[in-house]
Amino acid sequence: MSRKPHNNDRHLTRRTVATALGAVALAGTAPFNIVRAQSAALKVGVLLPRSGFQAGIGQDCQRGVDIAAGILKDLGMPPLQIMNGDTETNVDVARSRAEKLISEGAQILVGAFDSGQSTAIAQVAEQKGIPYVINIAAAPQITEQGYKFVFRNFPTAGMILSDAFANQKEIFEAAGSAPKSAVFMHVNDTFGTAMKGGIGAVMPKFNMPYNLVETIAYDPAARDLSVEIAKAKATGADALLMVSRLNDAILLTRELVKQRWSPMAILSMGPGWYEDQYLKTLGKLSDGPLSFVPWYDPNKPLSKTLEAALAKAHPGINLNTNHVYTFEALLVAADAYKRAGSADPKALADAVRSTNITNNVSPGPGIQFNEKGQNDKLKNSAIQNRGGKLVTVAPKVAANAKVEWPLKPYDKRS
Amino acid sequence: MPVDIYLNVAVGGILTGLVYGLMALGLSVIFGVVRVVNFAHGEMMTIAMYIAVTLFSAFHLDPLVMLVPIAAVLFAFGYLLQAGLINRFITRPEHSQFLLLVAIAIIITNALLILFGPDSQNVQASYAYDSFQLGPLIVDATKLYAGFTAVVVTTALFAFFQFTNLGTAIRACADNYTGAMVVGLDVRRLYALTFGIGAACVGAAGCMLLLIFDVTPAVGPAYTLLAFVIVITGGLGSMPGALVGGVLIGLTEALAGLLFTPSAKSMFAFAILVLVLLFRPQGIMGKRTA
Repeated sequence: MSRKPHNNDRHLTRRTVATALGAVALAGTAPFNIVRAQSAALKVGVLLPRSGFQAGIGQDCQRGVDIAAGILKDLGMPPLQIMNGDTETNVDVARSRAEKLISEGAQILVGAFDSGQSTAIAQVAEQKGIPYVINIAAAPQITEQGYKFVFRNFPTAGMILSDAFANQKEIFEAAGSAPKSAVFMHVNDTFGTAMKGGIGAVMPKFNMPYNLVETIAYDPAARDLSVEIAKAKATGADALLMVSRLNDAILLTRELVKQRWSPMAILSMGPGWYEDQYLKTLGKLSDGPLSFVPWYDPNKPLSKTLEAALAKAHPGINLNTNHVYTFEALLVAADAYKRAGSADPKALADAVRSTNITNNVSPGPGIQFNEKGQNDKLKNSAIQNRGGKLVTVAPKVAANAKVEWPLKPYDKRS
Repeated sequence: MPVDIYLNVAVGGILTGLVYGLMALGLSVIFGVVRVVNFAHGEMMTIAMYIAVTLFSAFHLDPLVMLVPIAAVLFAFGYLLQAGLINRFITRPEHSQFLLLVAIAIIITNALLILFGPDSQNVQASYAYDSFQLGPLIVDATKLYAGFTAVVVTTALFAFFQFTNLGTAIRACADNYTGAMVVGLDVRRLYALTFGIGAACVGAAGCMLLLIFDVTPAVGPAYTLLAFVIVITGGLGSMPGALVGGVLIGLTEALAGLLFTPSAKSMFAFAILVLVLLFRPQGIMGKRTA
């Protein structure tokens, strides 16, 4: 007698029962899978220049990572498992560290402060299909490549410059005077050359009161910048327009003092001049420079939370760009993971692309990415070093102090 | 561009070059006598710089005041390194010596990284921001002190090698290894002394350079390369050549930065090296070997 049922036989068989049980099991466990994914930590590879000549800034960015966990938890975000990678301030090392982190299981990458290093990491992320959220890097070309896995919550060189020139004009008007000439000095790396190109394209649109009498490019790893300052001083320019890093900003200030040159203003459009290490190393000599940079909106509630967390974890350190944008990159990763409900790279990338965070820290309406993966709604501020602290002097809507103008001569400081 | 700018930049380049020269002198002395190329030269200098930073931050001891004690510490380090380790490699192939010294360099860099972290450090001496004005000439005080001290230390070293019995014995080892052994000189001990003297030079140079430049654990290789460029330009094994090479490189970097573009400073220093290798391979003051 055959055990095989007839086709039209409707009674239960072992196979039917097994299939039904399997289906029930699958259906029953599916929600739990999601729950498991949500409770499991997302592995985030954080690439920063923790050593090399950008180590000071890389470690400052790390402070943004250090304080993120508690805040993200309070915001109801899923946990992140941070996997640290040191780029050693080297593009090739950045590339290999990104590959290593991915091979070790990183599900999303964050970093890497520098445009050159970020460009290399972006190539790896795109090739491997792993989402990459840039914390700080302004070279426009990174988000002009048509990448599908690369996102940047940081203004491009053009955005920084447009806001910088607008804020400068506001400051000149408030001060009642403006420089007639300026020397443009820039670090000769990916960021510096991108900014140089941007100045050529953007500055003519703003009808600035000064003209650039000289452009001086210098080695980012320079140990001595005396020649550069001598050359700048020789032009007799009223102001210094700067695009630099931290160590070179300190070296340049020392040379300004030694060579007895106090320009009317130091107008920086990059990092260095507002960093805590700059303020601490130079003391009273650090007062005065104006930085036109991506900053934070002190009036946003999350800014106050971030400030409080930083003050608790690192007393005496001022909240700055490095902390803010590194924290926000992690916020984007956690938010995307929460919405995706999965660490699948494609799902994560799709979730990052549809980000809409309004409870954030940086100025502007919030964090959203355009079709290129760029947050193009970010705004920048003008800040000034004042007695070891940083005050916002422009734009007027975000200012909490009036500009001190002109720069107090270095030889008149006690 | 005003003429005084050229003068200011040239003086700054010469003063920095003098300190470079003293640093390279250590490399030249070691190679001239021991015939070992010290690939850990820059890293040894960073040890001296970190000792100076530590003494300054803990006790406010000026690096120039601590120059002699720090040079003595580096002398002891160099002596022990040669006596305990490098002497065993003297008769081995050059690639073994190369690997040994590169390994030492990597160990030093990473040890400093562990001990001091990656941040750049410096000393804020009371004269750190001083400069002297002589008419249109503005001279950086730290560079002036460092350059002057470099001349004094180099003169003392010349005197030691020319006018003391020990210096004469070391020169004998350099001139003829077998002959020195035949007349009963303890060549291995003299090698250790020489390596110690070379290390002391670099220790002294480190104290002076700290007044001009910041230090990080990673700067060692750059200084090693610079020392090589200087001694090859000046003449490998030639003491005056090291100083001449240092001044030439310092001056070239400074003027190239002013006349062309600052980011091409190193390019011109290497261009000088290429020219020397092409037209005077033994270096400006080196002796032609058969």
